[in-house]
Amino acid sequence: MAITDVIQSERRRPALSHWLHHEVVLALILVLSLLVLATQTDRFLTTENLLNQGRLMAEVGLVALPMTFIIITAGIDLSVGSILGLTAIILGVSWKNLGLPLGAAIFVAMSVGTFAGFVNGWFITRVNVPPLIMTLATLALYRGLAEGTSQARSVRGYPEWFFELGQGEILGVPTQLWILCLAIIVAWLLLAYTAFGRSLYAIGHNETGARFSGIPVDRYKMIIYTASGFMASLAGCIFVSRVSTTRSDMGTGLELDVIAAVVLGGTSIFGGVGTIAGTVLGFIMIQLLKNGLSLTGVKGDATIIVIGSVLILSILLTNFIQHRRGDSE
Amino acid sequence: MTAAILAGGRSEPRWRSIQRVFGGQETILLLCLIALFVIVGSINPRYVAERNLSSIFLGNAYIAVAAIGMSMVIISGNIDISVGSLIGVLATISGSLAVGGYPIIVSWMVPLVVGALVTAFMGFLVAYLRIPSIVVSLGMLSILKGGLISITAGAWITDLPAGYGLAQMRPFGIPMPIYFMVLLTAAAALWMRYSSTGRSIYAVGGNAEAARLSGISSKRTIMTVFAIHGVFAGIASVLFATQLSVIQSTVPPNLELTIITASVVGGVSILGGIGTVIGSTLAAILLAAIGSSLIFINVSPYWLRAVQGVLILLTVLADLWRRRRQMSRR
Repeated sequence: MAITDVIQSERRRPALSHWLHHEVVLALILVLSLLVLATQTDRFLTTENLLNQGRLMAEVGLVALPMTFIIITAGIDLSVGSILGLTAIILGVSWKNLGLPLGAAIFVAMSVGTFAGFVNGWFITRVNVPPLIMTLATLALYRGLAEGTSQARSVRGYPEWFFELGQGEILGVPTQLWILCLAIIVAWLLLAYTAFGRSLYAIGHNETGARFSGIPVDRYKMIIYTASGFMASLAGCIFVSRVSTTRSDMGTGLELDVIAAVVLGGTSIFGGVGTIAGTVLGFIMIQLLKNGLSLTGVKGDATIIVIGSVLILSILLTNFIQHRRGDSE
Repeated sequence: MTAAILAGGRSEPRWRSIQRVFGGQETILLLCLIALFVIVGSINPRYVAERNLSSIFLGNAYIAVAAIGMSMVIISGNIDISVGSLIGVLATISGSLAVGGYPIIVSWMVPLVVGALVTAFMGFLVAYLRIPSIVVSLGMLSILKGGLISITAGAWITDLPAGYGLAQMRPFGIPMPIYFMVLLTAAAALWMRYSSTGRSIYAVGGNAEAARLSGISSKRTIMTVFAIHGVFAGIASVLFATQLSVIQSTVPPNLELTIITASVVGGVSILGGIGTVIGSTLAAILLAAIGSSLIFINVSPYWLRAVQGVLILLTVLADLWRRRRQMSRR
């Protein structure tokens, strides 16, 4: 592209297309579909329903935040659903079978979950196993450990105070929604305003380049995979508290929901591109679409057809806009 | 490689070819399989009884068949995580056609065509519209799974016509799925090794830019690979649908992961460009044999997935170790 062309296109470029980032496109689609859904049923746009959806979305949301970090570095973590399941089982077993106080059991379970994430990070950085393979292996391994430990027995009968986490409210807002909001703010600040966060983009763009510019690539990767394990185990505790029971198949397929939310939010699976705002829009959109569609009478399973189509279409649309703008990365 | 041979002197090539035969993933898998049969068989002879062996092959040949197509997709540098849902959909289509009174050959062939169409569409999105395959197949997984369950509600298909049970036939006393597994693996292996399209899959997956510069259309190759993968998924779905006298019209749980695991344990590199379908077929058998062995050595089958996870890790570590040794020899 010649310089005159650049200047010309700079002058010609309308303000509109400049603002058509993926997040904006997504927000427009979200608002539009909410308006359409709201006209179809009066049970959708109520405070009660929306808060309840917030409760249901917390687990996917919490895990989607570190997943955004990981995908920005061109990695992936398929094992989050299994870590959630493993945490739930360790929580149940150490409370019921080992007789630990519930507080200690939560601590043990979350330590195990965080360590599970650390193991992913250790193999990925120290042994150089590709993230897709490593977490595919631990997807099977952690789920297997959960199934083997529990032998398909469920644990229930938790004390009343524990349900505050997943079923309680603070100031009229579900407890886990507060946790999610806090986590979103922390993740956003980390990614947008710290050297650590900016380095993740550098790693995703060009890992070798990042290494040569003195970014501690391995340490940062280790941190984000460990964080992913931590968040998955936190989501696990919330999940157990919300449904008041522990089963080894909890969180099956969570990784797909989470990755769909992150990718829908505009994070490139090739790395280097993505924001927390996009991810937040991504999981809100998935949850509200599911809910709104099912309230308007679409059967539960048919709603995931819409999610799948929206996922592919939104990426197509962004590709198309970026192509038109000529700044294909 | 050339440098290593030049530096290694005369005896090197022969040693290399011996090493290539015995150090390959296929040989290791075969040795593991034999060791498994010998060890578990000596603990519990019923494990190697004909009945158990044939049930291992019968129940899992369709996974090996699907893993052939999956291996091609992964070697081309892509992935398909929707294959489990696709097989569920195709099996349901096949069963519904058979029950609906269509000729049996139609109910066997339609899944192949539909499978190829669906995956060719995915290949189109991946190759021509440049959406990453993991995103395309993630979306397709939702669409197929949601579509299937919302239409059929997971109902059982019963009253399948006589003569529909392809997987239950035993020409010359050997179960049909074993013919399919062996012949398709051999055909795919030869095709990938000796045909120009087959070779170009490795080229595209190994280095897309170099492949483009040497005149290979990576777009057409990727779309072809996806379409072929769909045919294999179709064959797998027919074997899956016809092995019992009923079909449950749902997505078999974890099927895509089992298939991808077979490819990976079979030595197909997730980074593309490396691997063979013989390896993936052997790995599919090995995974099934390990799963079946747990019962015979009194281990709860609930540990199966943990064992599978450890197996993937061991495979990857062995592969890395082998590569590191090759690097240091260089």
